[in-house]
Amino acid sequence: MSEPAAIQTPLRRFVADFAASRVALGAALLLAMILFAALFAPVLSPQNPYDLAQLDIMDSKLEPGSTGVAGNTFVLGSDEQGRDMWSAILYGLRISLGVGVLATVIALAVGTLVGLASAWIGGRFDAAMMRLVDLQLSFPAILIALVLLAVLGQGVDKVILALIIVQWAYYARTVRASALVERNREYIEAARCLALSPTRIVLRHLLPNCLPPLIVIGTVQVAHAIALEATLSFLGLGMPITSPSLGLLIANGYTQLLSGKYWISFFPGVALVLTIVAINLVGDHLRDILNPRLSR
Amino acid sequence: MGTDPQGLSPSSLRDLMLAFILRRLMQSTLVLLVMSLLVFVGVYAIGNPVDILINPNADQQDIARAIAELGLDQPLYLQYWHFLSNALSGDLGRSFATGIPALELIFQRMPATLELASVSMLIAIVLGIPLGLYAGLRPESRTARAIMAGSILGFSLPTFWVGLMMIMVFSVWLGWLPPTGRGDTVMLLGVPVSFLTLDGWTHLLMPATNLALFNLALLIRLTRAGTREVMLQDYIRFARAKGLSEQRIIGVHVLKNIMIPIVTIVGLEFGSVIAFAVVTESIFAWPGMGKLLIDSINQLDRPVIVAYVLLIVFMFVLINLLVDVLYSVLDPRIRLADAAR
Repeated sequence: MSEPAAIQTPLRRFVADFAASRVALGAALLLAMILFAALFAPVLSPQNPYDLAQLDIMDSKLEPGSTGVAGNTFVLGSDEQGRDMWSAILYGLRISLGVGVLATVIALAVGTLVGLASAWIGGRFDAAMMRLVDLQLSFPAILIALVLLAVLGQGVDKVILALIIVQWAYYARTVRASALVERNREYIEAARCLALSPTRIVLRHLLPNCLPPLIVIGTVQVAHAIALEATLSFLGLGMPITSPSLGLLIANGYTQLLSGKYWISFFPGVALVLTIVAINLVGDHLRDILNPRLSR
Repeated sequence: MGTDPQGLSPSSLRDLMLAFILRRLMQSTLVLLVMSLLVFVGVYAIGNPVDILINPNADQQDIARAIAELGLDQPLYLQYWHFLSNALSGDLGRSFATGIPALELIFQRMPATLELASVSMLIAIVLGIPLGLYAGLRPESRTARAIMAGSILGFSLPTFWVGLMMIMVFSVWLGWLPPTGRGDTVMLLGVPVSFLTLDGWTHLLMPATNLALFNLALLIRLTRAGTREVMLQDYIRFARAKGLSEQRIIGVHVLKNIMIPIVTIVGLEFGSVIAFAVVTESIFAWPGMGKLLIDSINQLDRPVIVAYVLLIVFMFVLINLLVDVLYSVLDPRIRLADAAR
């Protein structure tokens, strides 16, 4: 975690502030482990769950802890195709996190550009953009995403596009609000007196000072994006079968749930919940630290 | 509204009010129009319904006839114009899959969704306000901390997964509640309802609780924050000094003052509960309009999708309009600020 340029406190104090909360520290640790697991899924998982040669149909729907035909242990059980759930979860985490982070980063970039432009240009452009933001934020994200996917059809790119469209408005509004305050500060005036180009002023001077609230919202939004993607995938409108995210794993287990085979849905759900809770806790704590009104 | 800050007479205030409402009405109509266009173009520009809706073994003539019947051979703007003029007379087209008018199909399913949404709101209110009140009055107690931790979970846990786990525990393991369906219904004013039969209640309880979780957490937080703020006010100290009983202070002075934001949120959240019902209805196979939407998306039954979305948009615009107007009635500053813009 690198120190954003906007904060006056040095990096050390930031780290000390963060470490002062044991809950936040634990959450950060958990998040680091989850990221590690997702990054190194191919190394950490006992089998490649999507290499059909490694699957044995005789291992189908084994309970957690049972031993398979090949003598391997299924720590978290196996699904219908005899796939090791632990491996499937590690690979699923990769997809869920990847989609969530990618969509959030792009939405953040788009929203930041629109927000900065809105604050800098003002006038009709600003009014039109903010009306659009108001309009979009008056509908629940899930509804917008559902309709978009109904229109766009299935596919990883379409899910990411839907998540971007759902999210950009938050960033646009946040950046515009802080940019409107910052643009009247002396340092912007000074930059103007130096006859710097508007692009340079906006990107090099205005943008860095609008970043702290963005970092917080961005962190929490990753969790929202992951949850939303999981929900959409569960409804059968999200990720295609070729990209089994955690939501899709849970959906696959749904049919087995009624016959008592809980583990196919349960463990991917636990992974999903741990990820979301860890991100939320870290984000909450970041907000407390970065908010000058709450500084001790 | 006796005295107003800018020295306006009551009649000009009323004019401002009227102008405010008229302006909001026009904005709402514009929003509806824009949304209808977006939705129509989006939904009608994808895929080829011919491949999905017409038997591939049918001969060319049959296919051509079906296309003409469904109006799919006309240019998009004509289809939209046709659609818009029909929509204004309450005709949103027929379902490709069943041939039943789309609006009728949705209205058939609507009571189930409204019942589910109302019961879930009721659960959130009946549990959320007392829990939030308790957490606000004794913020340091262990129970309060447990309540707040629970409310964080309510925000963080994905609704659909909690729903699955509820089915696992209460239907599969304990066998107390049926996992899916709506159960016995009774006709009430010509509308089938579940909440008047015991079987209906057993079917209703799990989905309604599942749908309530998010708003339960929200209401707990709102009530707690409101209570903590109100308890510090002078009028509470005065009420204490007057020797009022704690019950009366909490029941009258605290509750009354935290109710305004709570009522607003409950009003605004009702719309999102209906939107979120899409997920809950899919899990519990609750035969409401949300499940209808998912089924229609899977079948590419576009008239039903369009009708559902327009209906939901209409509902949201209406709710926002009502809240805005209510606010402007309650708080003159809002319409003055609007008029000054």
